Amino acid sequence: MLHFARWKIALIVLVVAAGFLMTLPNFFSAKQLESWPDFLPKNQMVLGLDLQGGAYLLYEVDKDDYVEKRMQGLVSDIRTTLREDPRIGYTGLGVQGESAQVRIRDLTRLDEAEERLQPLVNPLVSNLFGGQPVNEFDLIVNDDGLVRFTYSEEGLDNRLTYIVQQAIEVIRNRLDELGTTEPNIQRQGTDRILVEAPGEGDPERLKDIIGETAQLTFHMVDQSMSGEQALQARPPVGTVVKMSVDDPPFPYLLEEAPLLSGEDLVDAQVSFDQRNNEPVVNFRFNQSGARKFALITQQNVNRPFAIVLDDEVISAPVIREPITGGSGQISGNFTVEGANDLAILLRAGALPAKLTVLEERSIGPGLGADSIEAGKLASIIAGTAVIVFMILAYGRFGIIADLALMSNIFLIFGALTVLQATLTLPGIAGIVLTIGMAVDANVLIFERIREESRAGRSVISAIDAGYSRALGTILDANITTLIAAVILFQLGSGPVRGFAVTLAIGIFTTVFSAFTFSRLLVAIWIRRRRPSKLPI
Amino acid sequence: MLLRLVPDNTHIKFMWLRKVSFPLSIVLVIASLVGFFTVGMNYGIDFKGGTIIEIKTDGPADIGAIRSELGTLNLGDVQVQEFGGSDDILIRVEEQPGGELAQQSVVSRIRTIFEDDNVDFRRVEVVGPRVSGELAQAGAIAVGASLLAILFYIWFRFEWQFAVGAILTTANDVIITIGLFVLLQLDFSLSSIAAVLTIIGYSLNDTVVVYDRIRENLRKYKKKSLTELLDQSINETLSRTTMTSVTTLLALIALYVFGGEVIQSFTLAMIFGIVIGTYSSIFLAAPFLILLNLRADALSSKDDDEEKGPNAKATA
Repeated sequence: MLHFARWKIALIVLVVAAGFLMTLPNFFSAKQLESWPDFLPKNQMVLGLDLQGGAYLLYEVDKDDYVEKRMQGLVSDIRTTLREDPRIGYTGLGVQGESAQVRIRDLTRLDEAEERLQPLVNPLVSNLFGGQPVNEFDLIVNDDGLVRFTYSEEGLDNRLTYIVQQAIEVIRNRLDELGTTEPNIQRQGTDRILVEAPGEGDPERLKDIIGETAQLTFHMVDQSMSGEQALQARPPVGTVVKMSVDDPPFPYLLEEAPLLSGEDLVDAQVSFDQRNNEPVVNFRFNQSGARKFALITQQNVNRPFAIVLDDEVISAPVIREPITGGSGQISGNFTVEGANDLAILLRAGALPAKLTVLEERSIGPGLGADSIEAGKLASIIAGTAVIVFMILAYGRFGIIADLALMSNIFLIFGALTVLQATLTLPGIAGIVLTIGMAVDANVLIFERIREESRAGRSVISAIDAGYSRALGTILDANITTLIAAVILFQLGSGPVRGFAVTLAIGIFTTVFSAFTFSRLLVAIWIRRRRPSKLPI
Repeated sequence: MLLRLVPDNTHIKFMWLRKVSFPLSIVLVIASLVGFFTVGMNYGIDFKGGTIIEIKTDGPADIGAIRSELGTLNLGDVQVQEFGGSDDILIRVEEQPGGELAQQSVVSRIRTIFEDDNVDFRRVEVVGPRVSGELAQAGAIAVGASLLAILFYIWFRFEWQFAVGAILTTANDVIITIGLFVLLQLDFSLSSIAAVLTIIGYSLNDTVVVYDRIRENLRKYKKKSLTELLDQSINETLSRTTMTSVTTLLALIALYVFGGEVIQSFTLAMIFGIVIGTYSSIFLAAPFLILLNLRADALSSKDDDEEKGPNAKATA
């Protein structure tokens, strides 16, 4: 066990040197690294949110809300379809739980109704299997005239996939507009979205921006009765009552079908109203939107229209003259920040569904910096304590173990840097634990060597036997810890995962440094000194 | 003169000591279980849902005032405590009834209280009911799965008695560590699961080293009585067991003292677990083998067939 081929020595030295080299950039600032020559590694370790500060937000697409909205849309489609000439008589049209249903009055025309409603099942292109097209809805027709649309399982999955993708896109736009640096936005499971924003100091604002659906629509105000009257009585067919954002809220009676929506916008900017210096949001329509808007304003001079954001009326100005330029203005008692946020939301687009926060963790940059400092201090003290203890216990061999320990630490940091694994506070704990346990391999070997020597072996033979006999034990012992680390990684999120990663990396580097580097040092020492007595 | 924690050639009768260690462990395990089921653990927001807010105030904070102000918000159970310094305050709010959205309003309402003061929100963690349930399940699965995986690994490498003995030893450590969580009402969070899993890993590591020596001695001394042989194996590995525990504890104590408040309960659990793990691998792991009727001849015949090669070489 004490003979090393030249190439092996070269390889061991190379690995240790690589670990050192990869760790090196972490000791310098980003600015200093810029002036380094290109052939040197410049990657630094990735710090977790708990160390550099930032926000971690886990969102879920509100499935129920989405299904309900979609079913309401479907109900209005069913209405239009059945009213087409020749009209088919129906009753009981509405959303029932998670389905939309209608009863056809004349059972003899049931087949005709089915045929006409069939296209509403909305065939979707399924990329998953490529072959069979999937419908969004299942259509069930009962003999007693009841027609019911329900979500097919594949249909809902398909829609959710699409919605999550779209929501991620919208969130990314919004964060870009906000100027968040390097946000990480990814899908989790089927209907969840994880947003990580490192260094974000104000998670509340981040949440406000992400959580807003920002569905902007323009409706004509129905003047056949007042909003209050409509609240008391039933609003006329094709109209809805929506409340204003004012305090107390004021009801408006609006035409249900929107004239235009946020999708028709190309730009939105904050500016100030020249009359009262209040912040307002100026927006611009795209070409087709501008044409539509011009037409509508021409036809409805002196009638009010309402600007609705997420089911609330922001303002309902009266059209004074036709607006043909394709731009408009939203005023509505905004604060500067409120106007700014609205402009951001309008530019970034609307979320396809409501999002719910399931989990939020945000760490201020101050706490992160404190944790790094504490972690550094603890690691240095732990390392020093172990190093001193090893020298006290094993003398010259202790120094060898300490050198192996240092190479081990460099290898851990080097591996973390190369893999760009995230270092978290529990991760630092994992490293400190590894510092403690790393010497275990050496302790096992040295104790074994002591024993073999007591059993009457010569120095070289005892060392040789010590290494070869401790190997199996060390492997068994470390594999059990590795199993725990792997499972921890599978289970873990964020910080815990960081712990598992450092623990696992630590196991590999520990076995390596004990069995190659420390053994090499021992071999070199023996060759130089040719000892006749074991120094431990 | 080099430091020796354990003198060479000790002959401590550990198998005899099991008359003390077994009852002691049984009492501790039962006490832990009783505590677990009656008093219960102090689950953190990871498993129970709720909100944690850490704030830093300008100058020493008036905890009483903060507490009474928070009381006006009607948030149910609210705990306010110092966290590392007199200007560092940790606020815990229990999970609010009313689903995910209700949790979100907690933070904004607490923010309004401190609006006028110069307060730095250092940490905000909100875990809703859905995620907390999933995390609890995932945690339980992780602990169970790792025990099982390790059981199979040891079974594969050793005899079944060793596997069962290792699992019993480890279960002892885990249960007593949980007892400590109950006793001190430490916050049991996701990182506590990490701590428990690390303890599992460490304890097994220790146990495996002892078992490895027992297996080796079983092959070497076929005539020795089991009690004698187990005693000898533990005594031979005693020096290593204590050395490793000491270095690991040195590192962990440094982490506990200097590593900051955030991971203190995590480190404390590990320190305790390593003490228990060391105790159990010395006093419980080997005696379990007697209890499980390990027979020297059964083992050696199997291993002779399997591992003749390396074994023969090593003893040559």
